[in-house]
Amino acid sequence: MKYVDEFRDPVKAKSLIREIHGLIAQIERAKERPLQLMEVCGGHTHTIFRYGIEKMLPDTIELVHGPGCPVCVLPMGRVDDCVALAEHPDVIFTTFGDAMRVPGSKKSLLQAKAEGADVRMVYSPLDALGLARANPYKEVIFFGLGFETTMPSTALTILQAKQEGIKNFSLFCNHITIIPTVKAILDSPDLRLDGFLGPGHVSMVIGNKPYEFIAQHYHKPIVVAGFEPLDILQSIWMVLKQIHEGRCEVENQYQRIVPDQGNAEALAAVGEVFELREFFEWRGLGSIDHSGVRVRSAYRDYDAEKKFSVPNLKIADPKACQCGEVLKGVIKPSQCKVFGTTCTPEMPLGALMVSSEGACAAYYNYSRIDLLTNADTERPDGIAH
Amino acid sequence: MNAVCQKPSARIRNKLRCKTITLAHGSGGKAMRDLIDDIFVTAFDNPELDTLEDQARFDLAALNALGDRLAMTTDSYVVDPLFFPGGDIGMLAVNGTVNDLAISGARPLYLTCSVIIEEGLEVEVLRQVAQSMKQAADAAAVHIVTGDTKVVPRGMADKLFINTAGIGIIPEGLNIRADRAEPGDAIIINGFVGDHGAAIADARGELALETSMRSDCQALNSLISVMLDACPNIHSLRDATRGGIATVLNEFAASSGTCMNLNEAAIPVREDVRGLCEILGLDPLYLANEGKLIAIAPPKYAERIVQAMSTHPAGQNAAVIGEVREKPVASVILATQFGGSRIVDMLVGEQLPRIC
Repeated sequence: MKYVDEFRDPVKAKSLIREIHGLIAQIERAKERPLQLMEVCGGHTHTIFRYGIEKMLPDTIELVHGPGCPVCVLPMGRVDDCVALAEHPDVIFTTFGDAMRVPGSKKSLLQAKAEGADVRMVYSPLDALGLARANPYKEVIFFGLGFETTMPSTALTILQAKQEGIKNFSLFCNHITIIPTVKAILDSPDLRLDGFLGPGHVSMVIGNKPYEFIAQHYHKPIVVAGFEPLDILQSIWMVLKQIHEGRCEVENQYQRIVPDQGNAEALAAVGEVFELREFFEWRGLGSIDHSGVRVRSAYRDYDAEKKFSVPNLKIADPKACQCGEVLKGVIKPSQCKVFGTTCTPEMPLGALMVSSEGACAAYYNYSRIDLLTNADTERPDGIAH
Repeated sequence: MNAVCQKPSARIRNKLRCKTITLAHGSGGKAMRDLIDDIFVTAFDNPELDTLEDQARFDLAALNALGDRLAMTTDSYVVDPLFFPGGDIGMLAVNGTVNDLAISGARPLYLTCSVIIEEGLEVEVLRQVAQSMKQAADAAAVHIVTGDTKVVPRGMADKLFINTAGIGIIPEGLNIRADRAEPGDAIIINGFVGDHGAAIADARGELALETSMRSDCQALNSLISVMLDACPNIHSLRDATRGGIATVLNEFAASSGTCMNLNEAAIPVREDVRGLCEILGLDPLYLANEGKLIAIAPPKYAERIVQAMSTHPAGQNAAVIGEVREKPVASVILATQFGGSRIVDMLVGEQLPRIC
């Protein structure tokens, strides 16, 4: 397939892997302990597991799967709010597909739907606006979720709704911003990270400048990376190259998509509609200052939190979860006390097991080969051959 | 099959005189008789059904001559939309049950047809579905021999649900079971994966894509008989419907305690299906099929089986897509085209599109 297969070429992958091996052999630091590189974005995590990239890398590189899965980091209390809104009798509650299964303290949106709530999966906020047009006697709420990647489309939809004078559409805003979160991770005392793969699609909107503090203040190299497997390998190579040459810079591997200045129009729409919240609660990471946005008061008619009463209860993460430690690379997913036992993709306890982009779910779904092999001492009883 | 047929009756068939189905058509009176006669008996048109007894009757001696075991199965069909590129609910209801019989090695013979109709369905829609069932039954050489009709109030069902049950006869000597997969066996597929799931996602119209994706809905019994001619000792066979080939392979791995080792590069996926999956973040290995099977067979027969399959219309793109290994037990592992490897697990719930 054109524009896809070029970025999955196994021959090029082999030569990049060879280069990576060669490069890391020259990095002194990697001889003491594996270098820890964090991919910030859940899309990267998904690619890494889907293509088996982790197993292709030398043991001296450890990938730490960062906080960039918006579905995973959504706190239970917010899911409860979604369910409460969805259960309102006149409401059509619209959401992206993978948010349907995220567990709240009592139920997920999928369960609420089964119990009679009108929850519909959409592919774009504009689809939700279309539903509002088609159902003038219903209140259509769009569950706005995601980082700067999805923020502009939500903002533009609200602008469009206002322009058309559509009154029965509103947004339950759970958009979050990446920079304060990366900063929170960098500030944590048990941090050991050596470099970052920057989130490609977020950067397509915000550009590369916002990451400069990572290089300048925290002295960590960062390479904004694309989402195809060769993008990931090349970005890893670029981070290693910086470490080897003693540089700490913001580099852009994903130049075919990411302009250095970002997308001015998208940023203008976001700035027009949204403002920073003082703080926002993250599943697994706790409250982070200025890490979420809300709808500006000029657009309050389109803010579901103003239009409806939302319970807004804070529900603590389950105590047994070690999501925060996994996020910071202190432990690997399989080292968590509840991984694969009380926390599985069927019954996720912790944030990272929730979406296929979450580190634990990806690890569980795609990469338990070693665990399976080690557990293989004997075949289960009762199996005929 | 003549030996088991009843003498055709010469009775007059009644005609339906309205355009939509109402609760009266399920009430057991004249309206129901007209519906059954005009739609089902007329379309299915076979001597077993035409007697309109409450049950079909078969000559046991004639069945006995075909093999030594009876296979029986049932399946319900609730697809939305009722008509989609490459098929419809009627075709699906026949082929699905035919395939569930055929993968045991059985020769499918007779099907039942129960319909649950939502009040308000257009008669013409039902007629088209019944005709489509007849065409599919003829193509698969089976008879629809008995049935039932229920009508429920509006909102109590979605347009039309169909249940079909079927029986077939397994010839002596065949032993096709999920637990017979052995290390070294070849894993074979009869063509492109994911066509049905992709066509249905597209036909629901939520994406407004311009594609030419069609369901692969087809009966597999004649293909399977060609395969069994090439190798009577096929170890395992299953049609990969909901949950896709990933689910079937996990079932084989779990039953036999082996590892299904797949080679991604060898798995046939159409370009437009791949495209849809790329856009939505879905995995074609989990997309539904309605005319695809996975066979596990001794390696020395693999080439002969694939060769035989490729001469059949339902097996033109047949390929060996992997091999059975000993370890890790009860797992499915995919060697990615990119050079890595990963687990292909059972799906948890429905495949949902990712946010970004």
